[in-house]
Amino acid sequence: MISTDVLIVGAGPVGLFAVFELGLVDLNCHIVEVLDKPGGQCSEYYPEKPIYDIPGVPVCTGQELTDRLIQQIGPFGPQFHFGELVEEVRLTEASRWVVKTSGGLEFDAGVIVIAAGAGSFTPKRPPIPNIERHEGEGVQYAVRKIEALRGKRIVIAGGGDSALDWALNLHEVAERVTLVHRREEFRAAPDSVRKMNELARAGKIDFVLGKCVGLDETPPLTAVTVQTNGGAHIRAAADVFLPFFGLTMKLGPIAQWGLNFDANRVQVDTEKFQTNVPGIFAIGDINVYPGKLKLILSGFHEAALMAQQAFRHLRPTQRLLFQYTTTSTSLKKKLVHA
Amino acid sequence: MKLYVTDREGNEHVVPAMPEWPLMECIKAAGLPIPAECGGCCLCATCHVYVEPDWLERLPGIEQDESNTLLEAIAARDNSRLACQIRMTGALDGLRLRLAPVP
Repeated sequence: MISTDVLIVGAGPVGLFAVFELGLVDLNCHIVEVLDKPGGQCSEYYPEKPIYDIPGVPVCTGQELTDRLIQQIGPFGPQFHFGELVEEVRLTEASRWVVKTSGGLEFDAGVIVIAAGAGSFTPKRPPIPNIERHEGEGVQYAVRKIEALRGKRIVIAGGGDSALDWALNLHEVAERVTLVHRREEFRAAPDSVRKMNELARAGKIDFVLGKCVGLDETPPLTAVTVQTNGGAHIRAAADVFLPFFGLTMKLGPIAQWGLNFDANRVQVDTEKFQTNVPGIFAIGDINVYPGKLKLILSGFHEAALMAQQAFRHLRPTQRLLFQYTTTSTSLKKKLVHA
Repeated sequence: MKLYVTDREGNEHVVPAMPEWPLMECIKAAGLPIPAECGGCCLCATCHVYVEPDWLERLPGIEQDESNTLLEAIAARDNSRLACQIRMTGALDGLRLRLAPVP
């Protein structure tokens, strides 16, 4: 069990800046993030795209903003837990939170701060009948162990780097790889496209122009039905189907925590940015209140006000001295970058 | 100006459309469930719509960005477009489209 003042859910820009504001009031943080890196949408959706509306920063990319926030919060030593989805939350008799993650981590936290953006990034599920029944066995959204796919018949769907990279990597171990994509155009490294086309010409990969429309009604998976662009339906024998259509955001287990929602966003007040559950705060894109704007800078503001209230929640008997980083000797001492 | 938008249950809605607005924002403003997760940055393909074939040729062409992101749209078809990449003009008054499935 990991004990912490604050558990932050989500390592997007707002979750990261929350570490700073909480650090100023001497609260330590652990951050749970479903992706394998910090930055949230900034690093997943627009790492190379410019952002122009961060005060004092005329322009920076999503990745640059993430990097600078990581640098800015460095002095507070936040502990990151990547690739983990927060699943279960329980209030203890001591008014603390026990939080469990998908990977089996357990936290004992005084306060929970949800900074989960539009929810947790999860693979896109194509609308193919019965697909949910096969998930985990016949349908996988990521390749964990290449060896587990040795000798299998694999159908891969998609036209991005993941689809192409895995088609290239797996054709050597798999019994057969069929790549299904609706166009001859790919969103992938030109070199990968060239290699795939060569393998297809040599008969080592089946490349089908079309879309996957059907699976076995019940497990185990034996074939994927492909509708070709010409309109024909063919059965591609398959033990495993790998759909690669990128990521989407789903609210996930947060929906089960007893919070009040408005159209998939958590209702908060604008004084504390606290939810209807005392001790659980929500900041950034995930929250909603009258006048809410989904802007990074709004999330930063919310983080500052939240931190004041998180302090009062965790240290009810202490007075909170408001200080400026520019003039406070004690704050400056904390902020000296190593 | 208006759009005719069919939701995922097959119900058609008359959606008021403002000149210059991305179609995605018009659909969202009407309260229809279009996720548009990335907020119109042409990155997530969750404002995916099917355009009634008669209208396809009247739409502005597909830029490279949209074409790339459409590859990550689930259940894409020949009449697939991203509603964040099309801006409303008088020529599109009465456009008919259908919301694609949510991934």
